[in-house]
Amino acid sequence: MTRKFQNIINKGSYLVAIAVILLVWQGVCTYEVVPSFMLPSPVDVWKAFVGDFGLLMMHTKITLIEAGIGLFLGVVLGVVIAVLMDTNQMVYNACYPILVITQTIPTVAIAPLLVLWLGYDMAPKVVLIVIATFFPITIGVLDGLKSTDKDTLNLLRSMGASKVQIFYHLKVKSSLGAFFSSLKISVSYSIIGAVIAEWLGGFNGLGVYMTRVRKSFSYDKMFAVIFLISLISIVLMLLVKEVRKKCMPWEQV
Amino acid sequence: MANLVTKDITKCFDGKTIIEEINIELNDKELVSLIGVSGAGKTTLFNTISGLISPEQGQVLLDGEDITGKTGKVSYMLQKDLLLPFKTIEDNVALPLVLKGTKKKQAREMVRPYLREFGLEGTEKKYPAQLSGGMRQRAALLRTYLCSSGVALLDEPFSALDTITKRSMHKWYLEIMDHIHLSTLFITHDIDEAILLSDRIYLMTGKPGRITKEIAIKTPRPRSEEFLLTEEFLAYKREIIEALKLG
Repeated sequence: MTRKFQNIINKGSYLVAIAVILLVWQGVCTYEVVPSFMLPSPVDVWKAFVGDFGLLMMHTKITLIEAGIGLFLGVVLGVVIAVLMDTNQMVYNACYPILVITQTIPTVAIAPLLVLWLGYDMAPKVVLIVIATFFPITIGVLDGLKSTDKDTLNLLRSMGASKVQIFYHLKVKSSLGAFFSSLKISVSYSIIGAVIAEWLGGFNGLGVYMTRVRKSFSYDKMFAVIFLISLISIVLMLLVKEVRKKCMPWEQV
Repeated sequence: MANLVTKDITKCFDGKTIIEEINIELNDKELVSLIGVSGAGKTTLFNTISGLISPEQGQVLLDGEDITGKTGKVSYMLQKDLLLPFKTIEDNVALPLVLKGTKKKQAREMVRPYLREFGLEGTEKKYPAQLSGGMRQRAALLRTYLCSSGVALLDEPFSALDTITKRSMHKWYLEIMDHIHLSTLFITHDIDEAILLSDRIYLMTGKPGRITKEIAIKTPRPRSEEFLLTEEFLAYKREIIEALKLG
């Protein structure tokens, strides 16, 4: 009985921690330790969220569409590059440094250029998201493909399996775990990427909304949209976790 | 018919000779063991016979056909069960059939009666992680058997198991050996195991590894566990230990 109780407390402790933070935050605002125009209280943020709900959902839809297209293309590109790098050592040697360089360029720095080249519509956003998301996928999948068990590989070879058969029967599923771990990272990158791209130009999307409320000093709305963005990321990551469970039933046993 | 012969096989790595002039013979339905100190090149010999590596010199013949350097001709099982963790037992076992071009569904149908014979009924839809060590090893043996054209190479198949499981696997293996048509070449460190299971035993010693002795176990099969306690058994054991010391 006590152990069960202990268990519930352990599992729910993060809820308690969040509640404490919210209470302290509310207290700081109510007793005006920090002036309210600088830090809105949680209640103000909630009110702003409810008040602008329709508008926020409209922007969310746009951001999600951009992130979805970008992530899809990023994943496809990432997997293709990883497979090519795994099958051909020359491709590996040629691509690896370039891949690393693409990741050392700050996203914020290239976003304005992309807007300049590709305009204010969907295109620059999608390209930015692809750049941000393909890399974790490539590295993860490549690692998964390379770490395929050597003995099992030899066993399949001794059975007379062709390269294609080894890839299909062994490598694909061996690297699935690494793929999903990378996907979890890429999913949150895709949302962040979309928002950053929207800051720099566009007509709709959560990033655009964010820029507007910042310019009108509506910090309650600013906080509301920040929380919404992190909530979306969390939900998407949980979704990846569920898909992983479905795709890898052998992990559940 | 399944008859395997190696002729003067020599294999080197980085200029160092690992095995030299290996001549062994495996007749139809025979079980032949290969005992030797670590590093004598037993696994190298198996890798050569299975076609994973090519020898510098010599030939591997299966029923008279030259299969040197060709994979997929004899089946090979390693110490670890090497079942694919993401495939169910039936799919693991059916894998060699699928690799040879059988449709997945048909291959599953084909392996079903064998699963029963190998004491694996009810595990078809389970994953390897859900099975005990002994059962996994049995599934791996079945897979090896199904991908063979009559000859199987087993590299210490029971050595990763605990003593009690190992004993029951011996008992099971002695029984199943009479039902299935298989010629087996068997690597082991366990002298008792070799005498209990084999028709003949090759001793492999030295650097580079050579076959230094061949012992025929005349006691008729199937042998029971009690055989391990007989004077006859001990005489064989003494002979092997002496020979290994000399090597």
